[in-house]
Amino acid sequence: MLIDHPLLGLRDAAEFVYLGDAALLNRPDASSADALDSFHDYLHLRDNVAGEHRELWYHEQGDRSWLVITRNTLTHAITAVELARDVAMNLREGANS
Amino acid sequence: MSDRLALPGSHRIGHGLLSSEQSLTFTFNGRPYRAMAGDTLASALLANGQQLVGRSFKYHRPRGIFTAGSEEPNALVELGTGAYREPNTRATMVELFDGIQASSQNHKGPLSFDVMAINDRLSSFLSAGFYYKTFMWPKAFWEKLYEPVIRAAAGLGSLSGEPDPETYDKGFLHCDVLIIGAGAAGLSAALSAGRAGQRVIIADEDFLPGGRLNMETFIVDGLTGAQWAANAVAELRAMPRVRFMTRTTVYGCYDHGIYGALERRTDHLADKPAGARQVLWRIYSKHAILAAGATERSIAFGDNDRPGIMLAGSVRAYVNRFGVSPGRQTAVFTNNDDGWRTAMDLVQAGASVSAVIDSRNIPAPFPVPGAQIFMGSFVTGTQGRLGLHSITLSSGQTVYCDCLAVTGGWSPNVHLTCHQRGRPVWREDIAAFVPGQDLPGNMHVAGAANGSMTLTQALTSGHAVATHVLKELGATTAPASSAPQADEEHSGISALWQVPDCQGRSWVDLQNDVTTKDIALSFQEGFRSVEHLKRYTTLGMATDQGKTSNVLGLGVMASLNGKSIEQTGTTIFRPPYTPVPIGAFAGRSRGKHFRPTRLTPSHQWAESHGATFVETGMWMRAQWYAKSGETHWRQSVDREVTQTRSSVGICDVTTLGKIDIQGADAGAFLDKVYANMFSTLAVGKVRYGLMLREDGFVMDDGTTARLGDRHFVMTTTTANAVSVFRHLEFCRQCLWPELDVHLISATEQWAQFAVAGPNARRLLENIVDAPFDISNEAFPFMACAELSVCQGKPARLFRISFSGELAYEVAVPARYGNALMAALMKAGEAFGAAPYGTEALGVMRIEKGHAAGNELNGQTTAANLGLGRMVSQKKDCIGAVLSRRSQMNKDNAIELVGFIPEDASVSLRAGAHFIDRDAEATLDNDQGWMTSVAFSPDRNSSIGLGFIENGSQRIGETVVAADPLRNEFIPVKIVSPHFVDPDGERLRG
Repeated sequence: MLIDHPLLGLRDAAEFVYLGDAALLNRPDASSADALDSFHDYLHLRDNVAGEHRELWYHEQGDRSWLVITRNTLTHAITAVELARDVAMNLREGANS
Repeated sequence: MSDRLALPGSHRIGHGLLSSEQSLTFTFNGRPYRAMAGDTLASALLANGQQLVGRSFKYHRPRGIFTAGSEEPNALVELGTGAYREPNTRATMVELFDGIQASSQNHKGPLSFDVMAINDRLSSFLSAGFYYKTFMWPKAFWEKLYEPVIRAAAGLGSLSGEPDPETYDKGFLHCDVLIIGAGAAGLSAALSAGRAGQRVIIADEDFLPGGRLNMETFIVDGLTGAQWAANAVAELRAMPRVRFMTRTTVYGCYDHGIYGALERRTDHLADKPAGARQVLWRIYSKHAILAAGATERSIAFGDNDRPGIMLAGSVRAYVNRFGVSPGRQTAVFTNNDDGWRTAMDLVQAGASVSAVIDSRNIPAPFPVPGAQIFMGSFVTGTQGRLGLHSITLSSGQTVYCDCLAVTGGWSPNVHLTCHQRGRPVWREDIAAFVPGQDLPGNMHVAGAANGSMTLTQALTSGHAVATHVLKELGATTAPASSAPQADEEHSGISALWQVPDCQGRSWVDLQNDVTTKDIALSFQEGFRSVEHLKRYTTLGMATDQGKTSNVLGLGVMASLNGKSIEQTGTTIFRPPYTPVPIGAFAGRSRGKHFRPTRLTPSHQWAESHGATFVETGMWMRAQWYAKSGETHWRQSVDREVTQTRSSVGICDVTTLGKIDIQGADAGAFLDKVYANMFSTLAVGKVRYGLMLREDGFVMDDGTTARLGDRHFVMTTTTANAVSVFRHLEFCRQCLWPELDVHLISATEQWAQFAVAGPNARRLLENIVDAPFDISNEAFPFMACAELSVCQGKPARLFRISFSGELAYEVAVPARYGNALMAALMKAGEAFGAAPYGTEALGVMRIEKGHAAGNELNGQTTAANLGLGRMVSQKKDCIGAVLSRRSQMNKDNAIELVGFIPEDASVSLRAGAHFIDRDAEATLDNDQGWMTSVAFSPDRNSSIGLGFIENGSQRIGETVVAADPLRNEFIPVKIVSPHFVDPDGERLRG
């Protein structure tokens, strides 16, 4: 597979380490009353998507960027590659506005 | 040398495309033969009248060469000797060189009298599914008796059993257009793309590019097909942006335009040049044109497997390319117009054709001088022993022939179109599967691979597909050329799978000995889907992957089903297209090169001072330093421990992970990733940190030093250096992107040494540059500083202790590491300083009760380790919430404590489980386990660390360390895990 890194262009998938569902970006609030449940769900529950899937990849043999990649699990077609940091910052701003 | 002019081999009728200048010799089963340059092993054997080349997989039936290409199911031979022996090589793909040694395989005794041929007599018992049904009981017999016997009897060639002495390389290539196959369509496409200036790679598995153009007698642009191909190849080779790869099989299509290819560099050379035998290429393409051609298939009729029965197109290949007529008298059995060309080419070449049998009830499409013509007829049986003698027709008539050329039509080579789950579709008009619509991205198919079965269609489609690709690429210099021209040929076909009412068995898959009867049995037993059929009968498995048999088997199943081929469905294909040696996948990554060995900065010093090394993670570390007279490792280790505890010892601890953490929010960041507080740490101080996973279990531990207001240096365990760094980057980028903090791994940049023991300070006073004061008052326990050592070398000093002694760790840039080790040892001479290795390191940490990898196994909590209070309740951190789960805080949780044997002369063993005295060694009675053991010179006894339920409240109690595997049941006393200096007075001294 080839991954179109937002900073570095097309890179071979062998340079990356796969983590999984990008839902890991949405770490729950530890101070909320139901934190135990929400952390349980955050850590263990995943959708098993047949189709477009947003997932985390780490450019370990490269610039060490964490990326959010939108990949079709049926075809491996990659339709979007974003810096996870940008996605996380947008989530923060969305939550704060 | 008058015989040089005579063509070698009794079946040689011309020289085809071969050079008659050079004569070669080779041996087959020890017997010498002569051949010509450009021959394959198969063509050379046929030229010498050697049709029998092997025995079949299951029934040990005599088998001959069936094809002229990579689809060969029968002619598998062993090449080379000793460690170079390579089994299951297709004789049709072996390019002959002088002196090659080949032998047949899968027979006991001579090839002409294989004692295992008894299996053929037993064939009525050995039908599909026989093994599954028969060897069910008793169960244990399968592994021990049945399977080994069956495997020895059936099967292919055998491996040398020695390491492969060849070398293999991997390579990477990039191109605009990858063209797979250099036949008519591929060359036509390559010329268009190459002339337009595109970066083109064209690859062909053959050593002579041109595909069927070299095997037919067609005219292209006024030239013979072979000459036209040679001209096209020369033109392409002269283009600077075209890479022409022969002997290269594109075996797999992967995601995003990546293709795998195997180039055979030296297999065809008598004198092997230096370098790799084969290269595994990874080709990155913007577009790919699949022009892989088509493979001919057979027809199922009685005893259609004898040597001498070959595919009709392959007979043409031997006649036209190699100047060989496999038989003296050839008959042709066909269901299509193409088969007739075999008869015509044979006659043209001066060979004799006895009959043409065409299953179609139509007028004979061509005249064949000297041959009997049978229209609307079938071959129902064959006769002969180790070869073919005659055939029987449906009319009952017998025709004498020693070669039968059979064709049931051609199947497009759609394999690579299926590697991304594409499904081929059936085309009734050509009775073949063609690629479906769901092609891999940017793959285009041209020529016979796409069902364009005639030469004109192939040339035109190659050109058209290339033109389309050029447009997609936005190529500005569109080719002015038009497609090469050839005469249109007859290509009528009427599908025929199986001849009814045959004598003997009708073979479908020659490599796996699958007959029409096996398919009928599969159908009868309900294995009717093609995937089930394949697995039940093994149709289409092994080295040829059913290239000549899959579609035929499907056709037979469809007729049993009473369904169309389309409704019956088809199997799809996975890489590789043809077998790829495992060695090629490994490339240079073999043995020690599988992964690099990392050496510590003081490796050279250690090597020259008698160190024994051990692999720890990716590193080689000194395990102990044997002195003269020491004959057992324990003597060295005990001495190192004793010398360190009584005076001073030095150990290279560079392998611990080091992460440089800087930024205004560095402290806040550490509070999030460590369970305990770090933002409160004063500059110039070090703190032990405990890291949890988000699920609350312990991930790693280490010390982190604060070198400045915004600057921390973290250490991790050796094993987790990489994964902790990855985790921290995840936390930084994905969870807390707003923090101003940056990370960099500095593990390899700094060489670090532990200097431990009561004389550590006195030693270091000779190393640390003045005026830096390392007295206990100025530089107390858990202090750190940046300073200089050895006259101005930059360094970092940490007063931390893993051994429990007064200890320091001193770090210098890695390039000074070896020199610093020498300098430390020199400074330590006066104190009798000892270098110590990982064993002594381990002994001292166990004596001190420090947790390491055995205790931090991913299943233990802070509370288990006795560190529960370190998990701050005042802040959120990774793992904080889930570490409060009730299951992780239950009353009878395991706790880390120490153990000593009641009998001091007994050695403890890690892995033993704790049970009460007199209790049975069962899971129900299991209370915990021993994690680490060592011999403590201090105690003069074996000691252990381990987890046991409520351990901290059971000090003084005796339990049994049970190791039922070794039948050891050792009474042990529960003690504090701090065997040495429990109050920590030494390290603060």
